[in-house]
Amino acid sequence: MFFWMKKKTMSASRSSPDRIARHIAALPRSGIRDFFDLVSAMEDVVSLGIGEPDFVTPWHIREATIYALDRGHTSYTSNLGLLSLRRAVCEYVAGDFGVQYSPENECIITVGVSEALDVILRALLNPGDEVVYHEPCYVSYAPGIRMTHGVPVAVSTRESDGFALDPAALARAITPRTKALLVNFPNNPTGANLSQEAKQAIAGLAIENDLVVITDEIYSELTYGARSPSLAALPGMKDRTVFLHGFSKAYAMTGYRIGYACGPPDLIEAMMKVHQYTMLCASRLAQEAAVEALRNGRREMEKMRTEYRQRRNVIVRRLNEMGLPCVPPEGAFYVFPRVRETGLSSHEFAMRLLAEKQVAVVPGTAFGACGEGYIRCSYATALDEIEVAMDRLRDFLAGL
Amino acid sequence: MNRTEQELRQEILALIERNARLEVEKIAERLGTPPADVARLIEEMEADRTILGYHTLINEEKPDEARVRAVIEVAVRPERDGGFDRVAHRICRFPEVRTVYLVSGQSDLRIEVSGATMREVAGFVASKLAPIDGVRSTVTHFLLKKYKEAGVFLDEEEDYERLKIVP
Ligand SMILES: Cc1ncc(COP(=O)(O)O)c(C=O)c1O
Repeated sequence: MFFWMKKKTMSASRSSPDRIARHIAALPRSGIRDFFDLVSAMEDVVSLGIGEPDFVTPWHIREATIYALDRGHTSYTSNLGLLSLRRAVCEYVAGDFGVQYSPENECIITVGVSEALDVILRALLNPGDEVVYHEPCYVSYAPGIRMTHGVPVAVSTRESDGFALDPAALARAITPRTKALLVNFPNNPTGANLSQEAKQAIAGLAIENDLVVITDEIYSELTYGARSPSLAALPGMKDRTVFLHGFSKAYAMTGYRIGYACGPPDLIEAMMKVHQYTMLCASRLAQEAAVEALRNGRREMEKMRTEYRQRRNVIVRRLNEMGLPCVPPEGAFYVFPRVRETGLSSHEFAMRLLAEKQVAVVPGTAFGACGEGYIRCSYATALDEIEVAMDRLRDFLAGL
Repeated sequence: MNRTEQELRQEILALIERNARLEVEKIAERLGTPPADVARLIEEMEADRTILGYHTLINEEKPDEARVRAVIEVAVRPERDGGFDRVAHRICRFPEVRTVYLVSGQSDLRIEVSGATMREVAGFVASKLAPIDGVRSTVTHFLLKKYKEAGVFLDEEEDYERLKIVP
């Protein structure tokens, strides 16, 4: 027994190449990790690098959390999540997105969209199945697909298309091994949205090729123009779409770690299995807070959106004025200006801007190779900070 | 999306309610509207008395700015014509009086008075306010500490550890 343990430990010692699973060892370090360490160590940084709301969670939601704690509501919930929350979610999704889901078997509460994404990928993919997604995109997509033994297939979106997903490019990426499409609009990091026509074309491709569509609509409330219908709402799509959403962005609840997925019963059932054996359930306090957010949160949410829109107007105008062209973002709280003409790479640009002017932005390459030549600026930052950052950025450009 | 003038007005009001000194150019930049439109809308709202004035929120905890404030509940005998209006108008004329509201509940008027010292405020109540014909009684509450005023939370919330970069 001891002998066996010893041998086992030795064979998996630090120097052993087998200690870490191959597919994990093969994952790239997040492109902004070292950058992050640098920023964290610096004082007096104005950061446009923060992909979460600067607002604190509205008080009524925090208060509901305290109330839940007061009453001692600290137990597990059903695996799918509190029925009261699933009801509130389904009512909200029906009212705001026009898709009817049953709280009993078409909705699951997760630990953020992050967990929902992981769980649906695990539930769907056999090793080697391809998932087509678009870049630049949220940093977790490709690693998330790899960790579930799938093969990520990226389609680039281009500035000339306003960073919208081009259905023709998508069609070229689909192969017989393609199992699913993963789409995120409004988009992190570009702020792009999709028109109804583009969504219809994508839906057509999904139906034609019998694909599951995973649509991450976490920024959907933060849309500054007219909102096109969800992919899940298009004809023929409900049965093949998993709609991911949560509370992190619209209700400024990132630290609560709470989100959900809605979809056809077979997929939700499969997700429930994975979720049940890995997470058991999402935090009950967060679930009770989420009920409050859906019941009474609209006004505060709209106030935050108004403020984001004002910031967007300011930052877009300033960037364009100083010669960093950008597509006006239609949603989320990011703008993705082009810095290629400075002659610096995205990474050099971000590093020098940080070192010389103490302004943090994220290099576009953190979101995919095709982000080269761009930087991501978040406007989830107070306006006076944005103004300071823009002044420093202008000075930086003048000194190049 | 084209916002209606009514929506623009509300957004302008929300901005200058928080900061009356925000320049027209900055408001225009935030709203994505020409400055001339913002200036016109503000003028219109001043003219139609939607905007009645611009206030400064002074921190009266600063020793140099120290003022004594009191909230006074005033019970008034209503009159056959005009109810509480005559008495309320009389009270309004005193410069010491900052606000006058007719409220529901036990008292009728709720007024706010400010003075340099407690003695000054007490003197005002005893010699000016209480003797007014029609005032039945007064209850004076001196303000001890202000926590929130005009929507501004006066005790700063503490910073806590937050990330500087989030993907
Ligand atoms: C596109 C996108 N999806 C998902 C997430 C993660 O969301 P959650 O907090 O719900 O896990 C983020 C967070 O930045 C995001 O930008």
